[in-house]
Amino acid sequence: MRSNITQYELIAPNSLDAVLQILADSPDHYTPIAGGTELMVALGAGRLQTKKLVSLWNLEELRFIEVTPDAIILGAGTTFTDIRRHRVIANEFSILAQAASWTGSIANQNRGTLGGNIVNASPAADSPPALLAYDAELTLISTRGARTLPYRDFHLAYKETALEPDELLHSITISRNYKRYKTYIRKVGTRNAQAISKVAIAVLARVNKGRIEDIRIGAASVREYPARLTATERSLTGKTITPESIAAARATILTEVRPIDDIRSTAKYRATVVANLLEEFLNTL
Amino acid sequence: MSIIQLTINGHPKTIEAPPMKRLLDVLREDLHLTGAKEGCGEGECGACAVLINGDLVNSCLVPILQAEGAEITTIEGLVIGEKLHPIQQCFLEEGGAQCGICTPGMILATHHLLDKYPQPTLLQIQEGLNGNLCRCTGYMRIFNAVQQAALTGVAE
Repeated sequence: MRSNITQYELIAPNSLDAVLQILADSPDHYTPIAGGTELMVALGAGRLQTKKLVSLWNLEELRFIEVTPDAIILGAGTTFTDIRRHRVIANEFSILAQAASWTGSIANQNRGTLGGNIVNASPAADSPPALLAYDAELTLISTRGARTLPYRDFHLAYKETALEPDELLHSITISRNYKRYKTYIRKVGTRNAQAISKVAIAVLARVNKGRIEDIRIGAASVREYPARLTATERSLTGKTITPESIAAARATILTEVRPIDDIRSTAKYRATVVANLLEEFLNTL
Repeated sequence: MSIIQLTINGHPKTIEAPPMKRLLDVLREDLHLTGAKEGCGEGECGACAVLINGDLVNSCLVPILQAEGAEITTIEGLVIGEKLHPIQQCFLEEGGAQCGICTPGMILATHHLLDKYPQPTLLQIQEGLNGNLCRCTGYMRIFNAVQQAALTGVAE
C-alpha cells in the first residue's frame, strides 16, 4: 500500500543548530532523514510510521572528512561515495573503503550516509564491522552539548541504541595508528553485488614474532546488532597461530554469535561461515 | 505544501508539492517527464535513476524538498535538439535496449560512469551499472553499448 503523502511533514532547517533546537523543543519528536535510502523505502512501501521528519541532507556541518595527525573524523553526513573518494581512507583505512564499495549501488552510495548506516542499527549493515574493528568513537550532539562513546557501546538491543531522542550522531572518529595491523574484511551474501549480508566480519590484528598482540573482530548478521566479538578476541590474544589455537577460536566464536534463521539464511549456515571466515584470516597471519 | 525551486534539464521550475513527495512522482505527475520509470520503488532496480547535480541518484528515494535548488537531468534532458545523445545512439546500435523500462536509468548510469572513467574496464562498467537491473538483455549488449560509447568518446 502506497502512503498518503500529504500526511507527512518534512522540514529542512539550514543549520545544524536549528535542527538540534527542533529536536530539543518538540515533544513529539522529529525523525531525522539524510539520504533517504532507508526511510524513503519505508515510505514507498506504506510503512513509514513517523509522520514528522527533519532533513539533514546537505547540512555542511555534518558532511566533512577531517584528517588530523592522529585521527580521521568523518561527519555523520559523509556519503559512501565521499568515503570511497578519500585518499587517506583508501590508503590507511582500506577495510572501511572496501565496506563502502559494497554498500548498495553507486546511486545509493551517492545518497546513503555513514551516520545513517550506524543509527539505522540494522544487524546486517555494511559499514559497522569495519568501524568496530577500527574501534571507532562516536560523537553525539544535542542542545545540551556533545558527548563521545566508543562505537562498540552504541548498540544496546535489536534496533535500540544509546542515542537520546534529542540527540544526533555528529561524527565518527578513527585513530590513525593501525599501520602495523593486518586487516581482513569479507561479506558473504547471495551474490556479490547489492545483496544484504548473510554474514560479514572485519578483523584487525597486530602480530609480533608470530604472536597475536592485539585483535579486534567486528561482525554483522550474527547478533541482534553489529557487535565486537570480544570473547573470541580474548581467546586469540597472546596466542601463536597453530591448528590448536584456530580450533579454540572456532569453538569460542560459535559460543559468542547468536545467529538466527531468516529470509536470507539459516543460523546454522551463518555460524559455520563466521567461523570459516575467521579461520581464513587467521591462516594468513 | 512546499514551494520548491529547481532546475530540470536546464530549465528553472517552481513546483508546489507535499515536501515528502518523491522526486520520481514529481517528475512523472507534475512535470509529465515519464522517462524515469518506477520499477521496485525501493532503490534496488535503478529504473528511476536521474542525475542530481551530476550524481546518479534513484529518484524514488528523494523527497522533493531535498531537491530544492538542485540541477536535475533526466533522460529527456540528454537529447541534443532532435539528435540522440551519443550514449543513446550506442544503446540503439548495439541492441542495448529491449523492452525499454531499464533503459533511461542504464543510460544515465552510463553517463555518470563515463564522466568518472572515460575508458572504463569491464569491471568498472559492471560496477557502475550494478544498481540497474535489466530482465531482457542479459546485460552483454548493454556492456557492449557502454564500451562503444566509451570508444566514441562521449565525455562531452
